Amino acid sequence: MSDTAHDHHDHRPTGWKRWVYSTNHKDIGTMYLALAMVAAIVGAAASVVIRMELHQPGIQFITDFQFYNVLVTAHGFIMVFFVVMPALIGGFGNWFIPLMVGTPDMAFPRMNNLSFWLVAAGLVLLVIAGLIDGGPGTGWTVYPPLANADYHPGMAVDFGILALHLAGASSILGAINFITTIINMRAPGMTFHRMPLFIWAMLLTAILLLLAIPVLAGALTMLLTDRNFGTAFFSPEGGGDPILWQHLFWFFGHPEVYIMIIPAFGVISEIVSTFSKKPIFGYLGMAYAMAAIGVVGFVVWAHHMYTVGFNVETRAYFTLATMVIAVPTGVKIFSWLATMWGGSIKFDTPMLYAMGFIFLFVVGGVTGVTLANAGSDMAFHDTYFVVAHFHYVLSIAAIFAMYAGFFYWIGKMSGKQYPEGLARLQFWITFVGVNVLFFPQHFAGMAGMPRRIPDYPDAYAGWNMISSYGAYITAIGGLLFFVVLWKTLTSKETVAANQWGEGASTLEWTVASPAPFHTHEDTPKVGSQPAE
Amino acid sequence: MATDAAKTHPWHIPEPSPWPIVGTIAGFIMAVGGIWYMHEGPIYLFGVGVLILLFTFYGWWRQVIIEANTAGEHSEEVKVGLRYGFIFFIASEVMFFFAFFWAFFHSSLPILSNVAQVWPPEGIELIPAGGVPLLNTLILLSSSATVTVAHHALIDDNRKKAITWTWITAILGAIFLFFQAEEYIEATFKLSDGIYPSTFYLATGFHGFHVFVGTCFLIVCALRLQKGHFKPDHHIGYEAAAWYWHFVDVVWIFLYINVYIWGSSSFGHITAG
Ligand code: HEM
Ligand SMILES: [Cu+2]
Repeated sequence: MSDTAHDHHDHRPTGWKRWVYSTNHKDIGTMYLALAMVAAIVGAAASVVIRMELHQPGIQFITDFQFYNVLVTAHGFIMVFFVVMPALIGGFGNWFIPLMVGTPDMAFPRMNNLSFWLVAAGLVLLVIAGLIDGGPGTGWTVYPPLANADYHPGMAVDFGILALHLAGASSILGAINFITTIINMRAPGMTFHRMPLFIWAMLLTAILLLLAIPVLAGALTMLLTDRNFGTAFFSPEGGGDPILWQHLFWFFGHPEVYIMIIPAFGVISEIVSTFSKKPIFGYLGMAYAMAAIGVVGFVVWAHHMYTVGFNVETRAYFTLATMVIAVPTGVKIFSWLATMWGGSIKFDTPMLYAMGFIFLFVVGGVTGVTLANAGSDMAFHDTYFVVAHFHYVLSIAAIFAMYAGFFYWIGKMSGKQYPEGLARLQFWITFVGVNVLFFPQHFAGMAGMPRRIPDYPDAYAGWNMISSYGAYITAIGGLLFFVVLWKTLTSKETVAANQWGEGASTLEWTVASPAPFHTHEDTPKVGSQPAE
Repeated sequence: MATDAAKTHPWHIPEPSPWPIVGTIAGFIMAVGGIWYMHEGPIYLFGVGVLILLFTFYGWWRQVIIEANTAGEHSEEVKVGLRYGFIFFIASEVMFFFAFFWAFFHSSLPILSNVAQVWPPEGIELIPAGGVPLLNTLILLSSSATVTVAHHALIDDNRKKAITWTWITAILGAIFLFFQAEEYIEATFKLSDGIYPSTFYLATGFHGFHVFVGTCFLIVCALRLQKGHFKPDHHIGYEAAAWYWHFVDVVWIFLYINVYIWGSSSFGHITAG
């Protein structure tokens, strides 16, 4: 253990300053995870209320439809910017990039803390947005004219815009930190082609963030001046064009969905390899598949806009480009399967979640290719079919990666053993719950049920009721997670430095559990094996 | 830790710091104060946020300068990291301007916009590209040259020359801003006169703001040169200021060619009449 020799100066700051003034990647990572959990409770509560309203046809209890729209908006914003991103990128990224590349901390530890506090301030602004002037009822896509001052004259949308500005600044600074750390601070011997796939994933995610978020910032600024200073970027009466917003938003928005899922790819690759006791199949292909997804992800944005009236050539191009993404995606799926093939697989909770992830991602990927066809998307657009698609690929797949990463690394982070039996139960409840929740939405969508409405014709009653029951089951799974978390943190059972055995070959398993406050102060040596 | 004699790695791990949270509070107050102001409130809360932000810049960067001047804290490896960090920051800035150029092209090219129109829109009295904007182009281009002269002087350990040419660069930046302010004052269209002023003022305005920031950066560098902070082989702050300045220059060239020259020509547009 390289760190035992230095245990005597494992000194740490104490009291509130340890957290508020932190320059420690592990403490900052922990704060990100805590923020994501708090936000998840709010975001999940919003979704359960939505499903309760949709439980049956007719109006159940939400008589103010603006409030319904605010719930949908808050759910989307919170889940995207304040749950998935802080957990997968801020939480796991901060904790494990320095540990896995073999360096003591991030490149810019103070700026790292700024990233955390900015996203926390953004969350506060978003909550204010929801509570003031009737809230923003725009959906997470904030399309004008609905987002204009004519339809949202109050402060709510402005608070939402500023919330995203702060969260965006946080992401840009975090991205600079991550890229610099990974490029500049790897232990000697860890060439690019020997980096763990999780590190590849974080590097590519950070590059996408760096290039996509500023475009959103520009668009949000235009929306802000349209609303408050009389500019006309998005208003036809002044010669502007609401479609311009859609272009700018989705030029950010499509890379954004990969920003949320590429870290998940990284987590899943680590876990599949560890629990199959084999190096990942096709390591280089896996790394470059992520790179290809990132690059192509920048030239497919208009598949979210097929119905705005493009000419047929434009639609043909975006259909083609979008389908191309399925190729590197397939490379990833088959490489995971090939890694498991012939391995001696241990079905511990992280692996269950990883396999759940692969299943969900495949289902969502298939519907994605369906939607990629401009022809069929004319019918599917803005229906529950799209909702089903993106919840499979994004929402639940990314959440499964979060759960997977949590169970995989909680021993390293806390030094405690999570309760295996209860955790597996939690997995099965969640797995059943999400599928009961989202699979019927494909059928509702194919039958034409539009998204973002509080009421619907009786014809859709059946699928909706099943879906709502799924939501309740998933919520029980979520609550059970907090029980598991509590039991883990209060557990007396500790874990070894490498609790998973020979399959876990990355550097974080060479330091003690829980990882000491300072790690890798003596630079570790990396052998000639690929890191996987 | 920095003071730890047993430090066994080249990296710089700063002690816990109050500045990130203070800076966040500044940003939060600016956001709330800005929204209040935009909804008929007073501006002072926003101003308070700006003051706290300036205070953060002062305190944080003061700390960084102290560290830079302390032997051993900015090792060669750390310097490489700082350079990377600044380059990626500039990359994100490029993408910010990308959005405003997109808005400009979307609005001015009839094949992109869905709103039937002419460009430049009727009733807009254009700013002649050959007048003050051309002068400003020359000023900014030469300022990119003068900052390079200063940088080379610094590398050659000719501190006096470096100081002079850095000040010249900063003054050129200030002159640019002066002319731009005059151009704004004399323009016959206001921000709320439709899509042309929207794209024009936000694109050139954000550029002007970057010139302002770059000028401040250069002034700080000139003062630090006078204090003897920079060594021929150790001047990351100076390098960053110079890179930033070149970036601002390149954005301007794109603005000048596209917004001022092409945007006021009939080439590729539908014109009135
Ligand atoms: C094979 C890969 C994929 C393809 C071909 C694909 C295709 C599409 C298409 C065409 C749409 C637009 C549907 C419409 O609005 O009518 C869409 C929506 C969406 N996709 Fe995907 N997708 C893929 C993977 C993903 C992944 C990996 C994620 C996220 C992790 C994702 C997240 C989303 C989201 C969030 C939306 C809806 C956005 C909204 O309108 O609010 N997709 N997808
Ligand atoms: Cu997309």
